Amino acid sequence: MNTSFPWLTLIGLIPLIGSVVLFALPAGLADKAKQIALGFSLLALLATIGAWTQFNYGSGEQFQLTETHEWIPQFGVSYALGVDGIALSLIIMSAILVPVCILAAWHDVPEGGSREKQYFAWMLFLEVFMIGVFAARDVFLFYVFFEAMLIPVYFLIGSYGGPRRQYAAVKFLLFSLAGGLVMLVALIALYFHGPGGTDGFLVERLTGLQMSTTAERWMWVGFFIAFAIKAPLVPVHTWLPDAAEQSKPAVATLLVGVLDKIGTYGMIRFCLQMFPGASEWATPVVIILAVISVVYGALLAIGQTDLMRLISYTSISHFGFIVLGIFAVTKTSWSGSSLYMVNHGFSTAALFLIAGMLIARRGSSRILDFGGWQRVVPGLAGVFLIAGLSGLSLPGLAPFVSEIMVIVGSFSRHPIAAGIATVGVVLAALYILLTYQRMMTGPKPELAEGVRDITGREKAVVAPLIALLLVLGFFPKPALDLINPAVDKTLQIVGVSDPAAPAADGSAH
Amino acid sequence: MLSLATADFQQADVDYGAILPMLIVFGGALIGVLVEGFAPRRARHSIQTAVSVLALAAAFFALAVVAQGHQGKTLAGSVVLDGPALFLQGALLLMALLSVLMMAEKFGGETPDAFTPMGATAPGSPQEAAATRLGLVTSEVLPLTLFSVGGMMLFTAAGDLLTMFVALEVLSLPLYILSGLARRRRLLSQEASLKYFLLGSFSSAFFLFGAALLYGYAGSVGFAEINKAITTATPQLENLLLPGILFVLVGVLFKVGAVPFHSWTPDVYQGAPSPVTGFMAACTKLAAFGALLRLAYVAFDADRWSWRPALIAVAALTMVLGAILTVTQTDVKRLLAYSAISHAGFILVGVLSFDRMGVAGVMFYLVAYGFSTIAAFAIISMVRAGGSEATQLSQWAGLGKREPFVAVLFAFLMMSMAGIPLTAGFTAKFAAFAPAVAHGDRAGAALVIIGVLASAVTAFVYFRVIVLMFFNDTDGDVSVLSPSIGMWTAIILATVVTIVLGVYPGPALDAADQLSQFLR
Repeated sequence: MNTSFPWLTLIGLIPLIGSVVLFALPAGLADKAKQIALGFSLLALLATIGAWTQFNYGSGEQFQLTETHEWIPQFGVSYALGVDGIALSLIIMSAILVPVCILAAWHDVPEGGSREKQYFAWMLFLEVFMIGVFAARDVFLFYVFFEAMLIPVYFLIGSYGGPRRQYAAVKFLLFSLAGGLVMLVALIALYFHGPGGTDGFLVERLTGLQMSTTAERWMWVGFFIAFAIKAPLVPVHTWLPDAAEQSKPAVATLLVGVLDKIGTYGMIRFCLQMFPGASEWATPVVIILAVISVVYGALLAIGQTDLMRLISYTSISHFGFIVLGIFAVTKTSWSGSSLYMVNHGFSTAALFLIAGMLIARRGSSRILDFGGWQRVVPGLAGVFLIAGLSGLSLPGLAPFVSEIMVIVGSFSRHPIAAGIATVGVVLAALYILLTYQRMMTGPKPELAEGVRDITGREKAVVAPLIALLLVLGFFPKPALDLINPAVDKTLQIVGVSDPAAPAADGSAH
Repeated sequence: MLSLATADFQQADVDYGAILPMLIVFGGALIGVLVEGFAPRRARHSIQTAVSVLALAAAFFALAVVAQGHQGKTLAGSVVLDGPALFLQGALLLMALLSVLMMAEKFGGETPDAFTPMGATAPGSPQEAAATRLGLVTSEVLPLTLFSVGGMMLFTAAGDLLTMFVALEVLSLPLYILSGLARRRRLLSQEASLKYFLLGSFSSAFFLFGAALLYGYAGSVGFAEINKAITTATPQLENLLLPGILFVLVGVLFKVGAVPFHSWTPDVYQGAPSPVTGFMAACTKLAAFGALLRLAYVAFDADRWSWRPALIAVAALTMVLGAILTVTQTDVKRLLAYSAISHAGFILVGVLSFDRMGVAGVMFYLVAYGFSTIAAFAIISMVRAGGSEATQLSQWAGLGKREPFVAVLFAFLMMSMAGIPLTAGFTAKFAAFAPAVAHGDRAGAALVIIGVLASAVTAFVYFRVIVLMFFNDTDGDVSVLSPSIGMWTAIILATVVTIVLGVYPGPALDAADQLSQFLR
């Protein structure tokens, strides 16, 4: 349904106004910054739900809620927004995670004042680009959001992180920038292979182009490098553990939970949709990298001594699954990967944020500094266990559904790769349960001062996440209903049909 | 004894409308000289400022209203006022106006802050002290600037090699003097001046030698005639052509600051007074690229395939070396000098697309880069430690905590230079790189890949400056002077241009596109 009301612009505009308000907030009101930020992020969530109600599940168009305006006609660039089910589900996930993160970051800047004000302003500013990047229907606009997003993240890590924050921020920036700039070259080349004109950067104009095999492959490589860095795929993953370790838990959540999805989302939307031939050509390499990511990420996670690094390595393993599903190109694996992107967002958020609460109490993020904390903070230990179990894909929790779909879907095309990837599931049990055992079980530690168990605010942070994990675990239909039409449509554009195997049926749930 | 038959001599037609803007600028400069001679010392500086600002504004007005309707060749083809000339002259006048406002800045003192009271005195000598005591003012910097601007305008509109050479000298000579007039660190400034003068003379000689060879080849110095001579081959003189072209290009590439003709840039940028550095970085670069475009697209176009490889090598080298050397800098002005070199490489990529779109892209880049670099050097001139400019990078640590507004402005300008989307720098890079990918075949695409990798390297440097300003702790004795309204206006205007060209570049791109056709 094409409404004339610019829902997507509205969703982006609310946090933008919020961040401007916060930056301009007079010093006297600086202690109200977090309340204002939370208010704006909730408003954005409300607008997102409004957009969701306007979304038509049965529409024949690829994109809905579209808006198209000329922006730089000389370059063929338009301000064009529009979402399909995959993009909308990611926008909804982002809009839910931001207020949760703001609430979790309530005491992140204890000194208050203008620094605290700016912290929340940067977060809202980041939300603008997160919405924009998923809503962009113009490849150039996507690139603009993709790159501009680095600035708020850079300041959030570099200004508010741990002791080695500058190193982590610069490393993050350089990796992302290098990837993005390579994509820029491919983007320019793509435009000149397309029909050109004043709206030549629209995704639909650039889909289904006729081009030489060599050109298509080069451009595919340009896009893929950027997305592989973002996702991140082994061997370009090294920035993520540093960035996640050094940033505040709320920032790490947004970084891993939302920003990294741009990489996997970009693979579906751009690599596969615009370069189906080249994608097929590269599939063997990508599948191998994905499987390596699954296993290597899990193995490294087991070896970590730092809680934040551990969680980021588990994400690298999970992203391996998502990429595997995407490049297996079956209906089930795509539905699984798309759903996994959403589920992983909530699961990682729960892990990072609860880990943050534990770290704030202990004053250290080293796993060995804990031990016996089950007896100190039973409530936190309980929710940490639930979050951890969602990370190891326990049936009944959301990631299980998507992980099984990815493995089943991939198996029909790449049985060996899917088989090896299941090792990742076993290793997941190891890294989660070992961590829980080291941190939570054992004799009650001698602590100098009393430690509070989970507070009311923290309950408000954790409750929606765990609720979502349970709902999507037992009843993933709403999400799949949203995602499946988009998957069908995109598969149709890519021109791939499922291999004839009885197992490959996405409607199993 | 001239024995010229009267029938052979034809008086050149002068289209005064076309050259009116240049006449106004040169006229303003001459009035400035008179002011220097006759006005009382106390009033001189204010009068000079007013004259310069008025002359530049009037020239811009004349350009927009009168000269625009007088496009074409005039003065027997030695001046060509076509689209690119109009666009570049307009941009030059605006950027010069901002630069003049910065040169006139006194920072609350008695005399212009950036310039020595008397350029001829030896640094630290009793004469210098006496000149300071007497309150002498080198108010001649402003007429000198006007002369230079006039030369630059002619440089972009020259229709033959000789006019171009004259313009080159007219624009260069005042710059040599201006570079040597810094009030503080006089020795560094004088060294910069001498170095610039010596190397500049060398490059002028190259240019002149190339022009002579081309005259021998084509029998004319006119660009159109040279291009025609190339197409109607004269095999016995063929040996003169390529050396001639390359020597002329060396002369212009020197002004551009391209590797391997760049060695003057860091020293001169560092030694010259900061407002002059900003003026040079923005305006000289723009004029030189204007001339390079005209040479490449009009005069030497027909022989493109023989000299293009050389320019490709220069562009690649400029980007790579410029970017790598930027990383090692510890002085803000030298850092921006090396960044100027790498930007010259990026612009060369656009030049090498050999398409109308490339001309538009290059012109847009020059404007975008010019405004942000002027503002950047203005801010550098405001950051002080112990009376003189705090150009050591380490001194900028923690600036964001003490002077958030200035630091945010500078950070934004750095982001534009790094080419972050939604800033002018990104649009400009796109405008220069896109035609190279579209029309520059494999070499163009390869250059663009080198270009984006070099941008990633330079982005690291710019972000290091931002890190230093915002994430590090403050260094005690550094302060930021508060400038007068004129300079604030200039800084804010330049920053606004940088924002607008990033967020809403349509109109400017349109203008560049419409004015991108050379008159052959």
